[in-house]
Amino acid sequence: MIWIDVLVQGILLGGLYALFAAGLSLVFGIMRLVNLAHGDLIVFAAFAILLITGSTGLHPFLAALLAAPLMFAAGWALQRFVLNRVMGKDILPPLLITFGLSVALQNGMLEIFSADSQRLAAGPLESASIDLGPVTVGTMPLLTFASAVLVIFALNRIFYTTALGRAFRAVSDDPTTASLMGINPKSVFAIATGLAMVIVTIAALYLGMRSNFDPSIGPARLIYAFEAVIIGGLGSLWGTLLGGAIIGVAQTIGAQLNPEWQILAGHLAFLAVLLIRPRGLFPRAVD
Amino acid sequence: MAYTVTTRTRASSIAGIIALALIAFGLVLPAFASRSLIQDLFFILTMLTLAQLWNLIAGFGGMVSVGQQAFVGIGAYAMFAGVILMGWDPVPAILLGGLAAFLLAIPMAFFAFRLTGAYFAIGTWVIAEVTRLLIAQWKTLGGGTGTSLPREATSDIMGVGAIASLFDLRDAAARDVLAYWLALALAVGTMAAIYALLRSRTGLALAAVRDNDNAARSVGVDAARVKWLVFLSAATMTGLVGALIYVQTARISPDAAFSVTNWTAYVIFIAVIGGIGRLEGPIIGVLVFWGLQTAFADYGSWYLLALGLLAIATMLFAPRGLWGLIADRWGIALFPVQRRLIFEGA
Amino acid sequence: MLLSVQGLTAQYGQFKALFGIDLHVAAGECVAIIGANGAGKTTLMRSITGVLRNAPEMIRHNEDPIGALPADLILQRGIAMVPEGRKLFPSLTVEENLRIGGQVRRGTGRWSLDEIYSLFPILKDRRHSPGTALSGGQQQMVAIGRALMSNPELLLCDEISLGLAPVVIRDIYAALPAIRASGAAVVIVEQDIARALSVADRVYCLMEGRVTLQAPAKDLTREAIHAAYFGATA
Repeated sequence: MIWIDVLVQGILLGGLYALFAAGLSLVFGIMRLVNLAHGDLIVFAAFAILLITGSTGLHPFLAALLAAPLMFAAGWALQRFVLNRVMGKDILPPLLITFGLSVALQNGMLEIFSADSQRLAAGPLESASIDLGPVTVGTMPLLTFASAVLVIFALNRIFYTTALGRAFRAVSDDPTTASLMGINPKSVFAIATGLAMVIVTIAALYLGMRSNFDPSIGPARLIYAFEAVIIGGLGSLWGTLLGGAIIGVAQTIGAQLNPEWQILAGHLAFLAVLLIRPRGLFPRAVD
Repeated sequence: MAYTVTTRTRASSIAGIIALALIAFGLVLPAFASRSLIQDLFFILTMLTLAQLWNLIAGFGGMVSVGQQAFVGIGAYAMFAGVILMGWDPVPAILLGGLAAFLLAIPMAFFAFRLTGAYFAIGTWVIAEVTRLLIAQWKTLGGGTGTSLPREATSDIMGVGAIASLFDLRDAAARDVLAYWLALALAVGTMAAIYALLRSRTGLALAAVRDNDNAARSVGVDAARVKWLVFLSAATMTGLVGALIYVQTARISPDAAFSVTNWTAYVIFIAVIGGIGRLEGPIIGVLVFWGLQTAFADYGSWYLLALGLLAIATMLFAPRGLWGLIADRWGIALFPVQRRLIFEGA
Repeated sequence: MLLSVQGLTAQYGQFKALFGIDLHVAAGECVAIIGANGAGKTTLMRSITGVLRNAPEMIRHNEDPIGALPADLILQRGIAMVPEGRKLFPSLTVEENLRIGGQVRRGTGRWSLDEIYSLFPILKDRRHSPGTALSGGQQQMVAIGRALMSNPELLLCDEISLGLAPVVIRDIYAALPAIRASGAAVVIVEQDIARALSVADRVYCLMEGRVTLQAPAKDLTREAIHAAYFGATA
């Protein structure tokens, strides 16, 4: 029975990782850009939500609603004014810029918010649980997972049924030809990064309500997100959810064996998949 | 028309002479330099070497690694293992550091080379994390909290006694001199090796692979072999530097030895600010970095914040770094690796 | 004048591709640009559409300088292009490829999804296939339809017969009268001289980055074209 519980908890934990990963996957899918500051931006969004709850007394869910447009604007501006200037064949400049941003963000947050652990207070929701027969699951993990499914569903709808999604795919295929259609690839990039930051806000909301966070934890979130993306297969959003679940399950199994092995077990699962299926479980046909 | 292919420039010939003079000067420096200057130079030389090695794989090879801390850490821990578990003298134990880094680089390359482009970067980071977590399980070497080199090992390092009597120093200062000389040797050796590599056929192949993997392959360059060669060599050297740094520090912990900030972020900033893809870049970069470090390190995270922003600004406005600006302005190349056709009688 | 190009030069690094091109297109006109490989035809197209940037005054649209505008703004002014090699978006279906052509500019002309399907009925049957799953000729139809979806005043067609069988080329050229009837001016870049002369009002011949001949199509002789095309006085 304990192992069923471990499995379920792991899958639900995977929902959180899929939320970390969805924004990364979105940006990579459209502009082949890997944002090394992605994890730090999640932490940044968590602090933004914390500030809003602190100053307005709003519940984190409502605060996230306010933070989301701000994060969209931040992402849009980051892409429009910084990253768009270095987009091109050479991957080095955008990679190093986001790496610099990662270090700058971490230390900026450290100065402003100190190294103290913080948490988003979600009230009774934090300890609520639902009895599902063989296992009892926390309401919060369940909510996280449901949100991940919803986010990925929504992203897929945007991608495949809207004009914006069409522009995303066209620009991803061939930015020059897209510009001949009257589309400005750089504005599309800016919107994509903005959208990724909205997802980052949702990820930050659950990160902050479920566990403590401090300015230093960003890089580890980036790594989990990255592992979920690679396991799922580049460009596959549902694959990303599965990737998150695999890491989550590996971590809960590892933790069950020895609490010190939790993180390590997740990484090893990633390396195992990379060994067997280097292109991930659901690689996109065209790349 | 008769022609020759050359990489030599007038500045490079002068630079060669100056370099030799500097090395000679560096060797005798401990005779009259203060201990703190020797310590500063140790820091500069080790960071310079790390930056040159990162520059080799990323700037010249196009493999942007964010996992160099893995090699520093494993090198340092291997040296500690040699001293603590096998009773080696710390100086020869540095070689164990190089060996361990080489052995780690094999699986790391195997995994990371499966990831292309930007994902290679995070892949190397993951493997560095895995290594750190595994090392933290090694209880004999202090587990997660770390350990120190035993006093008897540090008090009796080979050569220290001789240096102490030669310069009339106390043991602690003599240890610094020894570490400084080793750092000087590693820095000069690394730069000479990279310079020789870049001027060789393999160097041309490396540039071809960086610029266009497939095209290089189609003209007969064995891209995989070149990448492996460069990645493994750089890892080995990085491991040696890591071990040397921790001979000097004499105290280790997984978090410090595998610190992404200390061994990769700083190193990347040095290369970026100085100029990626040029041997001169890290030299100027490390001097700027040392200056900033000395002036502002007390500001802690404000300093790191500014360093991050400086790196961003450099990539945006001077993507080839300070040396790139200098080279564009005056056309100087101290370590020319660019081949130029010289037409005779033209 | 709908489009006028004056003294247009262009270069890729050290290589100079265009040496002062003068050219104009009136509203509703059909102009053919012929020339051998490397004559600069595609560079000229890339300059007009803003893929390559130039000095503003080198290219004018309705007398406004547009030489320095980026490609997306050129399209929004009503200049659409069928690019060489068709360049359909592989991630998009046939219908999505068509829709994206009219996504930013719809214009006020006759062209809509239904009109494109009645121009090229085969596309309606294949509308849910990925664009790149179609035959070359069908892909060319999609590329033309995609450009028409913005209801352009000026349609630039770069090498639309390249790599296609003669019978397929005939089908595609058969659509041209309908396109012209909708009021759009058309510029056709061709290597197939006979094909170009059969549809064009006027012809420009390019050689090595210069205009070597400009004349009404009906006045042209084989000898004049041969001289302009190859630079030889045969």
